[in-house]
Amino acid sequence: MLQENKIIIKEYNFYYNSSPALQDINLQIRPNEILAIFGPARSGKTTLLKSLNRLTDLVYGSNHTGTILLDGADIYDPKINLTQLRRRVGMVFDLPTPLPMSIFDNVAYGSRLSGITQRKRLNEIVEKALRSAVLWEEVNDRLHTSALRLSGGQQQRLCIARILALEPEVLLLDEPCSGLDPISTASIEQTLVQLKKDYTIIIVPHNVQQASRVSDRAGFLLNGELIEAGPAYQIFTRPRDRKTEDYITGKFG
Amino acid sequence: MMHLRTRFITQNVAKVLIWVAALSTIGVMILILFQILEEGLPVLHLKFFLESPRSMGREGGIFSTIIGTIALTIVALLFATPLGVGTAIFLREYTRESRISRIIRFGTDCLAGVPSIIFGLFGFVFFVIYLNMGWSILSGGLTLSAMILPTVISTTEEAIKSIPYTYREVSYSLGGTKWQTVTRAVLPNALPGIFTGIILSVGRSIGETAAVILTAGSSLIMPTSLFSPIRTMSVHFYILAREGISMEMAYGTGATLILFVLAINIIANWLLNRYIRHRT
Repeated sequence: MLQENKIIIKEYNFYYNSSPALQDINLQIRPNEILAIFGPARSGKTTLLKSLNRLTDLVYGSNHTGTILLDGADIYDPKINLTQLRRRVGMVFDLPTPLPMSIFDNVAYGSRLSGITQRKRLNEIVEKALRSAVLWEEVNDRLHTSALRLSGGQQQRLCIARILALEPEVLLLDEPCSGLDPISTASIEQTLVQLKKDYTIIIVPHNVQQASRVSDRAGFLLNGELIEAGPAYQIFTRPRDRKTEDYITGKFG
Repeated sequence: MMHLRTRFITQNVAKVLIWVAALSTIGVMILILFQILEEGLPVLHLKFFLESPRSMGREGGIFSTIIGTIALTIVALLFATPLGVGTAIFLREYTRESRISRIIRFGTDCLAGVPSIIFGLFGFVFFVIYLNMGWSILSGGLTLSAMILPTVISTTEEAIKSIPYTYREVSYSLGGTKWQTVTRAVLPNALPGIFTGIILSVGRSIGETAAVILTAGSSLIMPTSLFSPIRTMSVHFYILAREGISMEMAYGTGATLILFVLAINIIANWLLNRYIRHRT
């Protein structure tokens, strides 16, 4: 069956103050898959993720050419509703970023921004999101204590719940396990696999092993160029490009 | 060996000097407090607080000057807080470093260095005479608000600057607009810093004399509206002492002033700690 692509990136270039960060990126992302974007530091992974919901707009002096289509619609269309785009394409950052407020208020933050104030409705949204992020059981007895008191792994799942509360279509995860211990990492990876049935997930894994554990497809990014992309089993066992192979086998990185 | 010995001596000399500096600071503070409170506390009775001054302040209490001080400070804050916080938000969130922001910042820095008497003169010429508002709470409050504006702006700016960039990024990534991000992710976290700036400003307003005499007058009559002239506690203290009316009453007023400022600081600290504890 021919699957329609969720996101299509065409000839996309991105510059910070005219120095190129991404060059001629062409990539299709299918619905309900986990795509891993991996590569060494400063190869443009975060920039690529942030381009997908235009968080790159916040960077002064940045610039782009090319197109990115979400469900066939250009996200750089001047008529697009930017806040709506960021709700549809949610992002989780590399370090847990709870806001200094209660667990409940963190998860309800986005819903409140969109004008939902009914307590009952918010309760439902928060519970559902925390359950999806596999955090409900651990925190349901202290929803109104500060989110800063959670452990690192719990904070990161809270950030995932905060995004899920908005019922996005695409999840962007930028090294979501970088500050976490192996147990927390495992629980987040399990969460991701569960979330796959409802969301399209693009993850920057924090190492090649994680990429191979969680992803369906993978893309290797090096110095702002997408060297190759394909099914995960192929990329991690029989990469087509020599540079990919060298990186995966640890010759550089 | 010689080298070690000089280092040892330097170390000890430095230690002594630093201790002397710290202890003399505390010593001077205690001396001032002790002198004022020793002379002033015996005067303090409920009547002293609740009766209005009679015969130029020689007798009676200081009730009208307490009311005058509070009214003047509140008016000054009502103008300075929204203006100052608004300017700081503009500088930090709505513009990048540019010519405009540099001009505004340079302007506020200059304002901060202007002696208060100059503000008083300006207030006298502009509010009292030109706008014909007379010696009044409003003239005085507006003058004081111009005087404390730089403090409010710079402390608010510092507070906003210390908010991590990630808070903003998170708010935007959850679909927040700029205004929502500022009011929900930035300001609540900057509030303790902003509050500190306001408390500093309250202290300056309460303590100001020269600018207040020029713009709010020195009337001992109980104010009835924003256009009534008033006398603040500091001005009352100054006049009682300067004109030799009653040193006893002057010290009483001084002691009240000190207790007043102390109470404000204690309450402010308590509120602040409660707020911070609630959020973290």
